[in-house]
Amino acid sequence: MSANEDRQRAASTRTAWLLSAPALVVLILAASGPLLIVLVYSFLSPGDYTGVQRPFTLEAWQSILFTRDIFDGTLQLADAHLSIFWRSVKLSLLTTAITFAVGFPTAWFIATRPAKSRALWLFLITIPFWTNLLIRTVAINEVIRNEGVINTLLIRAGLIDQPLRIIYTDTAVLIGMAYVYLPLMVLPLFAAIDRFDMKLLEAGYDLYASRLQVLRRVILPLVKPGIVAGSILVFIPSLGAYVTPRVLGGGKNMMIGNFIELQFGQGRNWPLGAALSMTLLVIVTVALLVYVRAANRDRSHG
Amino acid sequence: MAERAFSATRLPGFATVAIVVFLALYAPIITLVVFSFNDANSVAVWGGLSWRWYQVAWENTLVKEAAVRSLIIATSAALIATTVATMAALGTTRRAAFRGQTAIYVIINQPLMVPEIVTAVALLIFFAWIKVATGYQGLGYLIAAHSAFCIPFAYLPIRARLEGMDLSLETAAADLYATPWQAFRRVTLPLLAPGIIAGAMLAFVISLDDVVITEFVKSGGQDTLPTYMLGQIRRAVTPDVNAISTALLALTVILLTAFFLLTRKRD
Repeated sequence: MSANEDRQRAASTRTAWLLSAPALVVLILAASGPLLIVLVYSFLSPGDYTGVQRPFTLEAWQSILFTRDIFDGTLQLADAHLSIFWRSVKLSLLTTAITFAVGFPTAWFIATRPAKSRALWLFLITIPFWTNLLIRTVAINEVIRNEGVINTLLIRAGLIDQPLRIIYTDTAVLIGMAYVYLPLMVLPLFAAIDRFDMKLLEAGYDLYASRLQVLRRVILPLVKPGIVAGSILVFIPSLGAYVTPRVLGGGKNMMIGNFIELQFGQGRNWPLGAALSMTLLVIVTVALLVYVRAANRDRSHG
Repeated sequence: MAERAFSATRLPGFATVAIVVFLALYAPIITLVVFSFNDANSVAVWGGLSWRWYQVAWENTLVKEAAVRSLIIATSAALIATTVATMAALGTTRRAAFRGQTAIYVIINQPLMVPEIVTAVALLIFFAWIKVATGYQGLGYLIAAHSAFCIPFAYLPIRARLEGMDLSLETAAADLYATPWQAFRRVTLPLLAPGIIAGAMLAFVISLDDVVITEFVKSGGQDTLPTYMLGQIRRAVTPDVNAISTALLALTVILLTAFFLLTRKRD
């Protein structure tokens, strides 16, 4: 390579960095950088009123899973924390399962429409996707509240005398999350099904496969990357959900996101809040790495 | 009974599920919109059509201030995010792979990957330091936070537009003795404009909708419309929340429709 080319390449790299610099500065100051402070805080002790103080300790990380007995100082599993983690993981997995169960037929339906109406159906899925999550949660709240649409209709029809108590339960949070995150499942599924060669179906039927066999042996294996993508795109925000459990779960049915908030509010245990945040971040990063690997494998095949 | 023609792509029950899903997706939103025009005091009983709750919301100073604050923040954040995202897109596309390119991508897309609650907590701590150190309590913190998480939403459509653009026009401009700045101002920028406008609109919508980060970063008395609504819902659902939601919803749908029309024209 000539010296001239070298110089040109160096200049190009410099321009790239200079042009990107303002965006990087904003992001490092108001998004990425402060995450490091959270990491440091997770190794400090709770302050007397709020905030943190020295000494550095692993106490906060330990208290994610264990509590120390006040009298004899022995460690015991923190049941209250475990039940919140379990609820978060359980509700997130169920949300993923439900959105897949109803999202797959929906994505298939959209992908098999004639080209002209397909864009419209896709647009109908996209609108809720971009609509304020709080508004969609309020809308669901309106439907399932004790004095909400469902209960009012059922009572007026004489089917029940007491309203069904859905609001402020895990079920309410589950319904809400499935509702708000559904588009995140349908869109990647649609992308995968859209690439699927429908001629393979005919081949399958020609070879005397039943509909179920075609679904299991032909369709599902080939759209698997879309299934992985959709599942992770739903699972990640579900696990970090804050608004939906707060509005529909009431104070008691907390998920990790609300538990983190509690530590910075009434809980006054910033180090524990910081350690919980870092834990959530690690889980989400691992899930994302799985997603990136699956997406790359898909690209090299496709 | 006429036998339906065999269709390989048809799977039994799928269309039914899909239709139910679409109905379930829109029914709550439509209910919310309809009840925002309800004359009754309760959210559950229909009492005839009226603008009453829009008037109630409009006459509420807290709502009006929150609306103005939302618009100031969203406009500033969209402007800042779009400007820096345009520069970053020009820097990272249409040139040979360079050292650190992946790092730049990761940082730009970071707000899409980190859970909002984690960023919210991080900013709460960081901005608390700055508030103590400088004594400044204004909207600047919210604008900075919103600008940051809007950057990837502005960046993606601009980058997509740039990647689809032909380099030869700019080369032609250079051949005709245009300075790099003239070529950018007269050739690149007009061609890129639809991407920039689309990016700015997405950034605006994303900023307008944010709840979690705003809730943690705002100082006292700095409610935006979404955080005001969140505070209201905690007490009791009042019909004016429906009116505010409907207004926000209408704004979002208008902007999104414009966005789709803009990006569709590309080809």
